[in-house]
Amino acid sequence: MVKLGSPNAFHWKLQYNEIESQVEAQQTILDVVNLGCVRGDRRVFRGVNFSLKPGTYLQLTGPNGSGKTSLLRILCCLLPPEEGRVEWQGAEIHSLGEDYFADVTYLGHRHGVKDELTAEENLQITAGVNGIEFDKNAIRAALGKVGLTGRESLATRLLSEGQRRRVSLARLILSNTKLWLLDEILTSLDTASVSLVRSLIEEHLTGGGMAIVATHQQLTLNAGHTDRLELQT
Amino acid sequence: MLAWRRRADVLSTLFFFVIVASLFPLGIGPETELLRSIAPGVVWVAALLASMLSLGRVFANDFQDGTLEQLLLTPQPLFLVVAGKVFAQWLTAEVPLVFIAPLLGLQFGLSKQTLVVLVISLLLGTPVLSLIGSIGAALTLGLRSSNVLIAILVLPLYIPVLIFGAGAVQASVLGFDPQPHLYLLGALLVLSLIFSPWATAAALRISVE
Repeated sequence: MVKLGSPNAFHWKLQYNEIESQVEAQQTILDVVNLGCVRGDRRVFRGVNFSLKPGTYLQLTGPNGSGKTSLLRILCCLLPPEEGRVEWQGAEIHSLGEDYFADVTYLGHRHGVKDELTAEENLQITAGVNGIEFDKNAIRAALGKVGLTGRESLATRLLSEGQRRRVSLARLILSNTKLWLLDEILTSLDTASVSLVRSLIEEHLTGGGMAIVATHQQLTLNAGHTDRLELQT
Repeated sequence: MLAWRRRADVLSTLFFFVIVASLFPLGIGPETELLRSIAPGVVWVAALLASMLSLGRVFANDFQDGTLEQLLLTPQPLFLVVAGKVFAQWLTAEVPLVFIAPLLGLQFGLSKQTLVVLVISLLLGTPVLSLIGSIGAALTLGLRSSNVLIAILVLPLYIPVLIFGAGAVQASVLGFDPQPHLYLLGALLVLSLIFSPWATAAALRISVE
């Protein structure tokens, strides 16, 4: 069962109207229509509808097990939806395949950071497989931005949990995708890193990007438009 | 993609191969004729088992640390990514076996000509092992005791490779022409090259759900 922003429906509606009036001319890029998800025998959610325009930040909230991660995984094709459609620029995401992945960055619970490799090598590989032009300086700059200067050539297994999370944040800096899907991005990050994440997302939104973030912590942004979607069990 | 940092894994596969193949001459005793006639089968079976050891790791590590999700979401076609991973696995786990195999062949008293055939048959056959094995590895991803499952799933599919691989060496030992066997191995290689990356890619998609 899903309700859209039920506790603060008025607030949500207000924001929504604001967006409508300001970017009416803009096309929605991502459309989620009547999405439903079943894990095992249990229905996680049904009837989720929303659409995103450039510069929108969607905050996914909800208790544990309400399907935040499942929703994000459906949005990046890692999980097939039980029902409903996800459309990217008017086309079904499954039919787009690799073209869609070129526009999406997903950061999940697991960092996707190889323990045996250094932070720098990790980013080189990410850039390589994603077909991004990279040079050592850009990677070093990204690592510097997330506060890992001096630790570039340390095997990541020697880094702390939060530092590893920051290596995956550096991946966001290097990415040139339009849609960011971030799952519990703020866990094990200190306050400085949280504000770094905030500024990264703000920058991304100002450039016309979109971000969907599943989180328990509120993230108040000074740029773009914020939508909220609350999933309920 | 090459997690070359884990040299221990590569070495353990290699030592396993050497030890399994060496146990036979030790167990059977120094009867050259007998050893020579069982050599092709023993070396090939040892190679099969050794390659099983490394297969479980092809995707399991990536699955655990989330790298696999990232690989699935790259703008490259997935079968190419898979082919790259399998090639890396072959390079790090199987190629060392191919190079050490002639040494083992010497233990069994194989002639120089036969050793050449052994290496060629392994060169053609081991990529097939990697390719077929990757399907099993992808299917059993995230399951407990997946290594045993891989063995059960994949070993039956290895039988043709074993028959033609060991057959080529056996033919050479007996003084026949090993070429027909090698051609058939080559055919298996082409076949598995064409189909297995797709099958593995599909299996991976199912496994990460």
